Amino acid sequence: MAETKTVKFIITRQDTPDSAPYDEEFEVPYRPNMNVISALMEIRRNPVNSKGQKTTPVTWEMNCLEEVCGACSMVINGKPRQSCSALVDKLEQPVRLAPMKTFPVIRDLQVDRSRMFDALKKVKAWIPIDGTYDLGPGPRMPETKRQWAYELSKCMTCGVCLEACPNVNSKSNFIGPQPLSQVRLFNAHPTGAMNKAERLEAIMDDGGLANCGNSQNCVQSCPKGIPLTTSIAALNRETTFQAFRNFFGSDHV
Amino acid sequence: MAGNREFFNRRLHSLLGVIPIGIFLLQHLTVNHFATKGADSFNTAANFMGNLPFKIVLETVVIYLPILFHAIYGLYIAFTATSNISRFGYFRNWMYIIQRVTGVITLIFIAWHVWQTRVAAAFGSEVDFDMMAEILSSPFMFGFYLVGILSAIFHFANGLWSFLVSWGITVSPRSQKISTYFTMVVFVLLSIVGIRTLLAFI
Repeated sequence: MAETKTVKFIITRQDTPDSAPYDEEFEVPYRPNMNVISALMEIRRNPVNSKGQKTTPVTWEMNCLEEVCGACSMVINGKPRQSCSALVDKLEQPVRLAPMKTFPVIRDLQVDRSRMFDALKKVKAWIPIDGTYDLGPGPRMPETKRQWAYELSKCMTCGVCLEACPNVNSKSNFIGPQPLSQVRLFNAHPTGAMNKAERLEAIMDDGGLANCGNSQNCVQSCPKGIPLTTSIAALNRETTFQAFRNFFGSDHV
Repeated sequence: MAGNREFFNRRLHSLLGVIPIGIFLLQHLTVNHFATKGADSFNTAANFMGNLPFKIVLETVVIYLPILFHAIYGLYIAFTATSNISRFGYFRNWMYIIQRVTGVITLIFIAWHVWQTRVAAAFGSEVDFDMMAEILSSPFMFGFYLVGILSAIFHFANGLWSFLVSWGITVSPRSQKISTYFTMVVFVLLSIVGIRTLLAFI
């Protein structure tokens, strides 16, 4: 048989949430235009490592396969990103896959991202419109502002910004850039702005906005190009005013 | 304010770094620069500063308490940070890590510097040109002072940049870029002042 081209993968695996991680190598037959997920699928189909030993299939998460859901994020050759949009042809080989260690590892490349969803609840990243009667249509949003807000709404809670942030770690309780930028989004919405102070106060709590150390890795890493550091700086300005209002009192309504 | 103590502490940390500590640094570098005009000139300036009225109140309110808070809380900030510079070698990430490293170096330097000059003065030594010339005659101490002064100046200049971000003064990427250039010019200019002063003592 003619020699088939293969791609070498070195995958950081972990059997249980508490067990020690270890590396395992795999040789996957090359196919044109393959992405990292297709290679992981090939390993799942035929779970044999490069030594020829049968092993357990590698666990990972995926959903949309078009870089909008954020589920398949992992560390690929040192950088956190989505494995669906990581094309093997554009990666240095051997390809190293590891879980995003900022989050608790469940198994292999699968991590528990619930801290981000908890953070969204904490900062009230929604617009309350429910009432006991029909409140009618809300205020209109200017088109230019809608276009601007759309960029912030692209966040898919993938966790790449938290993985890149040197201040999101086990020593600190920093909530990270992702929920902060959502505060900016919901406070910019004409209806959402009615509860602006609640969200600002949520991020002025311990572990909130002030813990940002301005390394600005988040904005460099965000796969959606969300201006995270601009959001953070803008919130710094708004919380400055909010802090003065809280301290001195204000008749600004 | 009970719920947001961290917010208050971080903002206070940022503010104290500029006012009064940053202002004091500028004043200290300026007064010491008299050394380039000779020993007499330096001694006159140092005596003026050393004989200011309410000296102990000024020192406590403007220098000791702010530096103590900034240093202790700064250590907490530095040691709750991790370095991921090997994976993310971006410019701002470098500044982030250098800011923390220079902060720790500056703290060590200031502790030693206060011991060697202000504490020595309290025990009867004369703080004058000769005292500094003697300290700096040792090549090790000269190197230590050089590193300490440059660390302090960098920490101040880059701290000014993050002060502007932390208080929401520079929000847009362009404003942050311009303030990067501005604060780096501040670093270079103050470094020249500091190095010229140091060299004046040898």
